[in-house]
Amino acid sequence: MILAGMALVTYLTRVLPLLTLTEMRLPPLLLRWLSFIPVAVLGALLGPELLLEGGKLNFSIGNHHLLAALPSFIAAVKTRSLLWTVVAGMGAVVLLRSL
Amino acid sequence: MVQLTAREAFGAGVRQAVPIMFGYGPIGVAYGVLARQAGLTLAQTVAMSIFVYAGSSQFIAAGMLGAGAGFLPIVSTTLLVNLRHLLMSAALSPHLGGLRRSFLALFAFHITDETFALHSANLDRGPAHPWLLLGINLASYGTWVLSSLLGGLFGSILPDPARLGLDFALPAMFIALLVVQLKGPVHMLVGGAAGALSVVIALLLPGNWNVVLASILAAGLGLVVSTCKSRSS
Repeated sequence: MILAGMALVTYLTRVLPLLTLTEMRLPPLLLRWLSFIPVAVLGALLGPELLLEGGKLNFSIGNHHLLAALPSFIAAVKTRSLLWTVVAGMGAVVLLRSL
Repeated sequence: MVQLTAREAFGAGVRQAVPIMFGYGPIGVAYGVLARQAGLTLAQTVAMSIFVYAGSSQFIAAGMLGAGAGFLPIVSTTLLVNLRHLLMSAALSPHLGGLRRSFLALFAFHITDETFALHSANLDRGPAHPWLLLGINLASYGTWVLSSLLGGLFGSILPDPARLGLDFALPAMFIALLVVQLKGPVHMLVGGAAGALSVVIALLLPGNWNVVLASILAAGLGLVVSTCKSRSS
């Protein structure tokens, strides 16, 4: 019962905009706002991943995720490859933890 | 555009999803372990992954179920945590105009933070093969369901994923996809502002409002700045 409720509300958040908005002609301002959503969502997901640890800001060199972000950014800019960026990032984390 | 067969496009989608599979595997296992510890049966643990398929809300719901919470608190918390899907689904909609509604209904079920990021990168380059999108979705979904089954079955005997750096698989993927999205100064501003706002909101507000609010505000900032720029030039 609880599970069915969870499944329903979650699916509605995913399907309602897609089924309604694809049929409509959206105003140009709304379209332009929506075009910024991917970069905004990525930034919003990434910020806490890199800067928060256990719900607190961590700017110290003990923050492995923040340090590993640097080689990942370099790999992403140089290679433009998802796989190489992930390899560089995970490798940096393993290396930092072994120090 | 080179015409791919359905099978080739599906395979390309699965290959693109490899970083997601790296990330979902250990998180799915962790969810399976935690849900069993909270008192869910193996069937309930896996059913939640099959039918809800939304990582952070599953962790929260498993904890609430274990603590004896009822229908309304759990379902309303799930809705709140998953409101960000509205934004992602809306942002994909202008790119998916010509597709059948039955396809959209299936495709929508598999929108997550991670698949959304891959889909928007693909659709930015023009129309994508539907089977490519399905390949990304089904590889990610399959990994999530299987890994929560493994976690529910074998739990604590599995090795610690942090030792392999797997906890950084998804953040690294977000970095790669963010770099692709940084098409100019306005996009850089929006990405940076979203990251900073998300951190501040996460520190100030309880609940999981940070991604939704930061995305809405930062995209709004992008709209204002790009409008001013096009007026002044």
